[in-house]
Amino acid sequence: MSQARTSIPRSVAAHAVLLTYTVIALFPVFVIVINSMKSRRAIFGHPLALPSTKTFDLIGFRTVLQQGDFLLYFQNSLIVTVVSLFFVLLFGAMAAFALSEYRFKGNMLMGLYLALGIMIPIRLGTVAILQMMAATHLVNTLLALILVYTAQGLPLATFILSEFMKSISDDLKNAGRIDGLSEYRIFFTLVLPLVRPAMATVAVFTMIPIWNDLWFPLILAPAEATKTVTLGAQMFIGQFVTDWNAVLASLSLAILPVLVLYLVFSRQLIRGITAGAVK
Amino acid sequence: MAEPTPERRPVRWHIAVFLAPAVIVYTLVMILPLAGTLDLALYRTVDKAQHFVGIANFSKLFGDPNWSGHFWNALGNNFWFFIVNMAVQNPIGIALAALLSSPRLRMKTFYRTAIFIPTILSFVIVGFVWKLILSPLWGIAPDLLKMVGLRHWFAPWLGDPHYALTTVALISVWQFVGIPMMLIYAALLSIPDEVIEAAEMDGVTGMSQFWKIKLPLILPSIGIISILTFVGNFNAFDLIYVAQGALAGPDYSTDILGTFLYRTFFGFQLQLGDPNMGATIATAMFGIILVGVCIYLFGIQRRLRRYQF
Amino acid sequence: MKYRTLTGLLLAGSLLGGTAAMAATTTITIESWRNDDLTVWQQKIIPAFEKSHPDIKVVFAPSAPTEYNAALNSKLEAGTAGDLITCRPFDASLALFQKGQLADLSSMKEMANFSDVAKAAWQTDDGKHTFCVPMASVIHGFIYNKDAFTKLGITPPKTVDEFYADLDKIKKDGTYVPLAMGTHDQWEAATMGYENIGPDYWKGEEGRKAIIAGTQKLTDPQWVEPFKQLAKWAPYMGDGFKAQTYPDSQNMFTLGRAAIYPAGSWEISGFEKQANFKMGAFPAPVPKAGDTCYISDQPDHAMGLNAASKHKQAAMTFLEWVGSTEFAQIYGNSLPGFFPLINKPVKIDDPLANEMLGWRKDCKSTMRYTYQILSRGTPNLENALWAASANVINGTQTPEAAAASLQKDLAAWYKPQQH
Repeated sequence: MSQARTSIPRSVAAHAVLLTYTVIALFPVFVIVINSMKSRRAIFGHPLALPSTKTFDLIGFRTVLQQGDFLLYFQNSLIVTVVSLFFVLLFGAMAAFALSEYRFKGNMLMGLYLALGIMIPIRLGTVAILQMMAATHLVNTLLALILVYTAQGLPLATFILSEFMKSISDDLKNAGRIDGLSEYRIFFTLVLPLVRPAMATVAVFTMIPIWNDLWFPLILAPAEATKTVTLGAQMFIGQFVTDWNAVLASLSLAILPVLVLYLVFSRQLIRGITAGAVK
Repeated sequence: MAEPTPERRPVRWHIAVFLAPAVIVYTLVMILPLAGTLDLALYRTVDKAQHFVGIANFSKLFGDPNWSGHFWNALGNNFWFFIVNMAVQNPIGIALAALLSSPRLRMKTFYRTAIFIPTILSFVIVGFVWKLILSPLWGIAPDLLKMVGLRHWFAPWLGDPHYALTTVALISVWQFVGIPMMLIYAALLSIPDEVIEAAEMDGVTGMSQFWKIKLPLILPSIGIISILTFVGNFNAFDLIYVAQGALAGPDYSTDILGTFLYRTFFGFQLQLGDPNMGATIATAMFGIILVGVCIYLFGIQRRLRRYQF
Repeated sequence: MKYRTLTGLLLAGSLLGGTAAMAATTTITIESWRNDDLTVWQQKIIPAFEKSHPDIKVVFAPSAPTEYNAALNSKLEAGTAGDLITCRPFDASLALFQKGQLADLSSMKEMANFSDVAKAAWQTDDGKHTFCVPMASVIHGFIYNKDAFTKLGITPPKTVDEFYADLDKIKKDGTYVPLAMGTHDQWEAATMGYENIGPDYWKGEEGRKAIIAGTQKLTDPQWVEPFKQLAKWAPYMGDGFKAQTYPDSQNMFTLGRAAIYPAGSWEISGFEKQANFKMGAFPAPVPKAGDTCYISDQPDHAMGLNAASKHKQAAMTFLEWVGSTEFAQIYGNSLPGFFPLINKPVKIDDPLANEMLGWRKDCKSTMRYTYQILSRGTPNLENALWAASANVINGTQTPEAAAASLQKDLAAWYKPQQH
């Protein structure tokens, strides 16, 4: 890209815009984190000031960490999120491939059927889902959550992935077929690597609601051994509604793991996106 | 569009194999429970037993002013919520993606990562922190406005029936702008260099290159984003719930279909849950979203030209 | 990736198997929305019970108040709810009983420890079946910053005129926000506003029963007047009170920035932990000197038995203990501000709680009028009252218009009000 114009004023303007938006995006997180480390009086007196030696106070963190096994909650959240994500991506990509690659009777109908799920909140099915999980003795297991989240994530994953798969060149696939590759080999070795950017995107969209969900952990797995981080943090927020040191501390604790996870994951995500792009 | 597969085989089992896992899990855990719930819309509970009443619940929802008033209010608010999201979130997302994809920009990774962070936060956190920032008591928003000499602009927005809904919609924009940004960014990156180089040969650069060459190429992605925004907004619930409570105050001015449905289905405070009317509202919502999705699938998506690279 | 998934599955599987192991002792679980009280249950109440009943293990498993009803109902429908259910007063619990989800406890001998009034909130309309053991009530009034009152030389008001005179003085001085209340969350305006001061105008039980009977209307002067009073509160509330939330108000008061907090007694323990000034309380001021005072003395929570419980015997043992004086003594003192409903003498040590409890002697008790029978239909009267009270304070609806809209909502479905 030899002639791309990167004149100085233009790049300054670009940085100015991006920087401004970055500040807007990060400011609220900053407010929570700095205030979680201040004394109660300082939180209210000077909410925007950084903690100083005079106002520095970790009382909130102490209160929160005294109760609840945040490490266990974190582990639960991680297992549920990663396992659900794996199944959503695998099953979703397979279904999307079937829908976008083959012409068959009822293709459109099947596509619409699989998309129904993005139009009704799954929360409405709570009682029936709970009955089913109770009947199969899955209440208070992480498996119950994994099943629900897999089902919940599939419609969107299938929808987005089939859109992306439609733009994969047919020549490539047909070349594979001429070489005698089975349809499964074509999917796993030719198509999947090409939709990696889309997979990465879907992964992020799927991961966020799962990690942040409050409802199903509360209903399906509220036991101490299966509590997720979000449910744990919510209990604290409810419990210390007047104790803002503890509220802010538990919020910070809820943000931190996702943030770390995201920062680690975002490298993969970006690598996925750029690797997939034909550059 | 996919070409018809070249040869016709009698039974293409692989199609079934590809579809089976998704269809089975999805049908068992999602569709069956939901169907069982939506079915309640046709019944009324009398003495612990369900009696079939046909469409009586729907005529109540649309005909009885005690119900229809709330329904139309929620629907109207929902449309406004959607409009704000479409008009603010998506253009900002596209603009940010366009800036990010400009070649030789430094600190790309940093911006991209930072701007996406609000999207990964839970609603509990988002609702809490914005209430706090906009709180007249804490003074963060008033102080910030004072710094730029606009203190008189400050008003208790979340408590004012004229501004509350727009304020919450803008919070939603803040939270989700990362999604259009990422999708468009991915789409922009997958535009082959040859296309861009050819454009530059013809002297199409800068802004006009974006409008004339890149935008048409990313239209399918913009289509996906629009429909995702539509579906997401008409299913929205959590943000209003954590920021304004289940009664979606002040005076129901932030009530959208999701909060109206939640109150009706599960009950709230002294109001008992009414699964039949709840299911009726859910079915109505489902209908609205289905119409929107069909318009997209059959009306818009087919007209979008897709480019295979 | 595959390896990690496998580990995940194995972990999930081991959790699945791990739950069924316990045997020797019976574990019973309590469903509750009182997650504020978790530590008190874990450290004081449950140990007291387990000491005398070593074979029963009690788990207190609260969810956040806003999700409690929805979560509990779903769990009851699916049969996965805990053995003991904390009961909200009146219709929410009545509906559970009518669906057969709460057991009938009428024959428990501990029921004799509670007056009919205390039991009324957890009985069928005909009073024949009682389904929860009453635990506590809350009293409404105003909590004030004693240090601020001393500094400004004012005394707790007895009449409405004195109330406004005090507020004017506080406002003029400017150190404190006179009233710590906001309208963002709406319910404070109804619960700590309208239903707190209202009973003095509609004469407590007399007015409440008249609305149920249909002999008074919500547009009658005694029902509009409290709205007129609320409309006068706005100038005394903090800057931007329309966006002030409930926790905002609590913090405003406990940080010593406000002088008077329209309150419920449940605030006492939290306030005492956080405020570093002396506090006092006064009941809602009466319209004229010498008028009888009425207080909102609201039955708040009780405990019932999940009809589908697998450990009924152990659960009943716990319920019998909840109906005892021993429990009332522990509960009332661990959670000052939640007043035991038992008809035996219980000594409350907390001075502020005692002060509020003392009002029962001088004032007549009543409860929130929206709770019994009147919130059964659509539109829901309690929800409508929240919105109306907040509107009146915000100035977006006149007192008369607010009263008229409530009357219209009630008459839409409630027969006795339809003539």
